[in-house]
Amino acid sequence: MKIIILGAGQVGGTLAEHLAREENDITVVDTDGERLRELHTRLDIRTVSGAASYPMVLRQAGCEDADMLIAVTNSDEVNMIACQVAHTLFRTPTKIARVRATPYLARKGLFAHEAVPIDVLISPEQVVTDHIRRLIEHPGALQVLEFASGLVQLVAVKAFYGGPLVGQELGFLRRHMPSVDTRVAAIYRRNRPIIPRGDTVIEADDEVFFIAARRDIRAVMSELRRLDRDFRRVVIAGGGNIGERLAEHLEHSHQVKMIEHNLERCTQLSERLDRTVVLHGSATSKRLLEEENIEDCDIFCALTNDDEVNIMSSMLAKRMGAKKVLTLINNAAYVDLVQGGEIDIAISPQQATIGSLLTHVRRGDIVNVHSLRRGAAEAIEAIAHGDSQSSRVVGRAIGEIDLPSGTTIGAIVRGKEVLIAHDDVVVESGDHVILFVVDKRRIRDVERLFQVGLTFF
Amino acid sequence: MSLRMILRILGLLLMMFSLTMVPPIAISLLFGDGMWDAFLIAIAITVATGAAMYLPNRRARRELRTRDGFLIAALFWGVLGLFGSLPLMLTGSAALSFTDAVFESFSGLTTTGATVITGIDFLPEAILYYRQQLQWLGGMGIVVLAVAILPTLGVGGMALYRTEIPGPLKDSKLTPRITETAKALWYIYATLTLACMLAYMAAGMDWFDALGHSFSTVAIGGFSTHDASIGYFDSAAIEAICIAFMLISAMSFSLHFMAWRERRLSHYFEDPEARFLLLYLAGLCAIAVITLWLTGTEETTIGLRHGIFEVVSVATTAGFSVADFSAWPGALPLLLFIAAFVGASSGSTGGGMKVIRIILIIKQGMREIMRLIHPNAVIAVKIGKVSVPDGIAQAVWGFFSAYVLLFFLMLVGVMATGVDQVTAWSTVGSALNNLGPALGEASLHYGDMPSTAKWILVLAMLMGRLEIFTVLVLFTPAFWRK
Repeated sequence: MKIIILGAGQVGGTLAEHLAREENDITVVDTDGERLRELHTRLDIRTVSGAASYPMVLRQAGCEDADMLIAVTNSDEVNMIACQVAHTLFRTPTKIARVRATPYLARKGLFAHEAVPIDVLISPEQVVTDHIRRLIEHPGALQVLEFASGLVQLVAVKAFYGGPLVGQELGFLRRHMPSVDTRVAAIYRRNRPIIPRGDTVIEADDEVFFIAARRDIRAVMSELRRLDRDFRRVVIAGGGNIGERLAEHLEHSHQVKMIEHNLERCTQLSERLDRTVVLHGSATSKRLLEEENIEDCDIFCALTNDDEVNIMSSMLAKRMGAKKVLTLINNAAYVDLVQGGEIDIAISPQQATIGSLLTHVRRGDIVNVHSLRRGAAEAIEAIAHGDSQSSRVVGRAIGEIDLPSGTTIGAIVRGKEVLIAHDDVVVESGDHVILFVVDKRRIRDVERLFQVGLTFF
Repeated sequence: MSLRMILRILGLLLMMFSLTMVPPIAISLLFGDGMWDAFLIAIAITVATGAAMYLPNRRARRELRTRDGFLIAALFWGVLGLFGSLPLMLTGSAALSFTDAVFESFSGLTTTGATVITGIDFLPEAILYYRQQLQWLGGMGIVVLAVAILPTLGVGGMALYRTEIPGPLKDSKLTPRITETAKALWYIYATLTLACMLAYMAAGMDWFDALGHSFSTVAIGGFSTHDASIGYFDSAAIEAICIAFMLISAMSFSLHFMAWRERRLSHYFEDPEARFLLLYLAGLCAIAVITLWLTGTEETTIGLRHGIFEVVSVATTAGFSVADFSAWPGALPLLLFIAAFVGASSGSTGGGMKVIRIILIIKQGMREIMRLIHPNAVIAVKIGKVSVPDGIAQAVWGFFSAYVLLFFLMLVGVMATGVDQVTAWSTVGSALNNLGPALGEASLHYGDMPSTAKWILVLAMLMGRLEIFTVLVLFTPAFWRK
């Protein structure tokens, strides 16, 4: 696929990295030559230096025969105009743009084919905020991913001593909780994947990914670990876009305090937020944390744009008695370094957002892609089409489907109904199939599985 | 602003004001009370004075500036209050002394509703009508003053509403759009009056009483054509209508303006000030009614009727009465008086310190408490979704202090004339809040107060009506400097 990425910032750069690895022709456009050079030396991509919305620059980047344009520059307006130019002058089929300002998003009908021609709007901050919000709503989870508009969730938890299931075979789960249907999609033991079978034994410290209907998630989690109490008191360090959105979401159901070092921004936040207590000061100030009773806080979220501040303030908060700390880390190298130590949950914003973009790059009818384990694994929601002749999935029981190795089907959503994947469930056309792919190199095979054969047409 | 310019405006104002004395003549002829000549003389004096001021200066034209609004507002009430007293002095048998006439006239124009007259039931119809009409005119002036002029002047933090009022009201220039605003507001005001009058008539008042009471109800005045006020009719329906229209008039006319222009009512419940007003009135009503029941002052249904009516009437600063609340037990009289200090919404015809300022003061108090708990917290004072700039908060505090200071100064002044303490503070509070009724010796009427005290109260009514600073600013040399 020929893809043009406008903007070589964090999102653009990570995206280029992911997509280039998957045998796509990537061209990155940015005004900053230095950044482009850096990307160019590291990745197998083409770079063009210039203003992303100028027709000449787009032509130079190969917009005339590109399959997709992804506009993720810093400016909403440049992104919109670039899509308009690509649409009008170059007839680019798929245009994806990042639009952050909510006033643009408030009115419907603006981003239509005949108006501002953007096919897919992405808002990385919103994705990251949702990601963190789900984690706060599911205490104890390392990751919570949603499929089929929230009907099904994939949850990663760490198994602890004392969970009823720990030390037992997976088959025991079904006997122990006959009313709750779930499927363990993958287990990571000392960072190596294990494909679970009925006789696999869960050990303490295993990272277990399981799929269940949204209402059953808590019951399953209680099997693997002692349930944490619901988070009530939340402290957010960093009042940037993500912090603000998170506080906005949580302030009516939780007690939220926010620490921000810029006084002007504090004033702005205090005007926009209703119940959040906005504190002016540094998140790494011991005195401030002490004054605000950090020892009583249920979760401390470090969301500034500075990795080091996030890590240090998280460690400080944890030392001082915060029950859980959640840290936003941009630098992928740090993520492995800190997670599981003092820091309970490390979130990489790129990884959280990349999935929403990968969805549109995948072949076959894929509606949801979540990148996991720093991009090594992927959870996919695909729609099965065709009939038993044209498709390799439809009309077959799950046990009969020839899945690539390292791939498991976790659940099927038919209409509003959630079917947890057991070997005898037969896939029908229109089903949403949720798969867990341990090895990303097998993605092509999975895509092929869901592409409809020629006889279909 | 030049003297010639002031004289021109004054002259014009007086000549226009003389027109308002024509309807009483018609009433007089209709009822045959023989008072028409007094009004004719008053018209003659007013027109002559007006013309003498206007004609020599009629070419002194200039665009009005925002600052001129202070002077015009003060003149409107000051000079018209003086000339408005003319008919009251000239009406033969019912004639009042100069002091009493001026007091009555100011009480009418500032929509206070305090009266020096006893035996209102026996007054000639023309005079009765004229008193009610004075209140209606005063209310009309207040609507424009409060909604259109004061916000642009930013008196005592009232600039707050400037940002929230849609369309034409936003501009800080007095002309030409302010005339459009004024027209729309008067249209609403007149419609409300008409609706109120028809409702009263449907509830059994005769047309004369209905007209008179609708005038003073919509203006939140308090003058009545009977000594017993609304209590004269002893009708639950009339009391309910009166309560409803007092509540409507106690809400900001900019809300009515929006309701009229956008044809929807939802913003009454979204507006923080209107919501606060309704909630706090409901709380006060509950306290009053329960106290009346528990102390056995009034029986069940009468207690309910009187309790609610008096609370709404006093708290909105109208001052109609159905019962003598000054004789109520315990802290109730004082409580109602304090409610009058809170007053009605900004931009309404009611008086007092205005609900919005009280909300701001409460919210600032809460902010101080929060600051003690979280020394590093940055907390915005918000009214609804809008945060209030610190400058406005300071202006509100300034207003509050000036209000309280003025209250005590005038209290001392009135007590110095030999009035007892309860009468003194209740009359000063009543005048400053444009309420009307008072306690102690003035609980029935103000006739027995010393003349000096009456003059102090006239000043209090004027100051209260014009939000204090509008008057005080005129006494600063800086205002008059070229």
